[in-house]
Amino acid sequence: MEIAFDKNDLNEIEKIKAKYPTNMAAVMAVLWYAQEKFGHLETEAQNLVAHSLDLPEAHVYGVASFYTQYFKKKKGKYVFDVCTCFSCQVCGGYDILHYLEEKLGIKAGETTEDGLFSIEEAECLGACGYAPVMQITNDIYVNHLTRDKVDKVIDGLREGKMPEFESIPLPQHQTEEN
Amino acid sequence: MANADWKTYKPLLLPNIKNLHEIDVYEKNGGYKALRTVLENKDSKWTKENVTNEVKSAGLRGRGGAGFNTGLKWSFMPKPDGGPRYIAANGDESEPGTFKDRQIFEYNPHLFIEGALIAAYAMSITSVYVYIRGEYNSWIQKLQKAVDDAYKKGYIGKNVLGSGMDIDLYVHKGAGAYICGEESSLMESLEGKRAYPRIKPPFPAQRGIWGRPTTINNIETLSNVPLIINNGASWYSSMGAEKHPGPVLYGLSGHINKPGVYEFTTGMLITDLLNEVAGGMRNGKKLKALVPGGSSTPILRADQIDGVRMDAESLRQVGSMMGTAGMLFLDEDTDIVDFLWRITHFYHHESCGQCTPCREGTGWLEKLLLKIKNGEGEIRDLDILLDLCTQMEGRTVCALADAAAWPVRYTITRFREEFESRCKNTIFATA
Repeated sequence: MEIAFDKNDLNEIEKIKAKYPTNMAAVMAVLWYAQEKFGHLETEAQNLVAHSLDLPEAHVYGVASFYTQYFKKKKGKYVFDVCTCFSCQVCGGYDILHYLEEKLGIKAGETTEDGLFSIEEAECLGACGYAPVMQITNDIYVNHLTRDKVDKVIDGLREGKMPEFESIPLPQHQTEEN
Repeated sequence: MANADWKTYKPLLLPNIKNLHEIDVYEKNGGYKALRTVLENKDSKWTKENVTNEVKSAGLRGRGGAGFNTGLKWSFMPKPDGGPRYIAANGDESEPGTFKDRQIFEYNPHLFIEGALIAAYAMSITSVYVYIRGEYNSWIQKLQKAVDDAYKKGYIGKNVLGSGMDIDLYVHKGAGAYICGEESSLMESLEGKRAYPRIKPPFPAQRGIWGRPTTINNIETLSNVPLIINNGASWYSSMGAEKHPGPVLYGLSGHINKPGVYEFTTGMLITDLLNEVAGGMRNGKKLKALVPGGSSTPILRADQIDGVRMDAESLRQVGSMMGTAGMLFLDEDTDIVDFLWRITHFYHHESCGQCTPCREGTGWLEKLLLKIKNGEGEIRDLDILLDLCTQMEGRTVCALADAAAWPVRYTITRFREEFESRCKNTIFATA
């Protein structure tokens, strides 16, 4: 597939470049931009980023391959990053991971045949008090996971409904009303 | 006791004010007053040096883990030479067990912005980069909204509040790499490179981002600055532990009844945090162990926490560290071998691969612990693990190797019998 940045994209890239004193510094943001547009960053997309910033292709590949959130291969439309690290480990993160694997019939690192779901085992997502937690496609966090909650999320996503951002009130804000 | 009255403590970093994240509400509640005060610099009370000195004498210590005196760090910046200088605010927040800075982005982003702007004034800095881990997409958007609003109101941008100072503030999104929380690695990442830590010296104040003087402060650290300006250094330093004062966000997680982020002063008794704040252990279980400040801080056995307070000095006496105050409580049913194996898996995954002792060492830690976890270990493996720790600690460019080695060293030393009981008997076992 031939991929390209259109005029609007190039404008957006100019705006990103304006935030930094060098083109190189814009590479992470432009990789994010390209991933939003193309869904993932195979070599072709990485090269496109390199050309748009006048950087060596190898440099952009080096950066893209260093950071886990850039999808170097095509993944499912919805990627479940299930945290199994530290607090999530001891609060049932693996149960959730294994339940998802069983439910979708794939292992962590794989994608369902219909291309809808991928599962990844994630390192600490920074939501330790709300464990177990997963993140959907680098975006929304789903907290306090149970099997029920996983079922509901999957049913919703099959209908194209992304869960909404859940603001968890601070415990000290709950006890004293203002 | 400086904080005996913790039960009546009213949060200052995350006060209980509805919609405080909105700029109008923040302003109505005294927001941006500290910034106005220093920029006005009435009777030369708030010269740049005075701001730095006030923060220094307040005794504010970095909340990102290392606990270094913030004002002192600022004072390392060389005199302006007309070229660019930077603040990199560290919101990478990826030390397992840590989930505090995101609460600031969500509930009180302007406090952080105000603190960063005051720091920029104090150090004659015109560009602030806020580095936030990529996973925090939702919170990046929240902060960006706050930044946009602050630009509109003239707190950021050209000629801030008519002071003649130009300050820009940019939000930079990471993309999933624990190492970016390490300050020199964060700078490499900001420059658009693989995030390999740099050798120090030169320190960031001498040569930072793009080779220019840079100060790196944690999000929570900068959020303390407006409090100090508004209320004075002596007010601030009277809160909490004498040598490590101020309010702090405690992130409580694990097998407790009421996990979450709580704000108190430093120097809280661990037992108060566990039994009263967190509502005790879940399901009536007993505490087995506590990791007090994120995964790299040495684990404490339940019998080590009596009378111990959450501040750098008190924790050092008992053989641990304050770290990020991300506290993980583990109950009596926790499989400590399994727990430690998962920590080593984390560090193996997150080692950037630049230095051999870390790249190879973290892998061997994980392999050996997997072997023990699977019942294939031998008692001598425990000593090989401890030896490996010695070969990693202090032998790499950054502290990731140390951070990976400490949990292994202290968990094995403090729970040795559990590790031994999982090992096969070998000819070395009875020696």
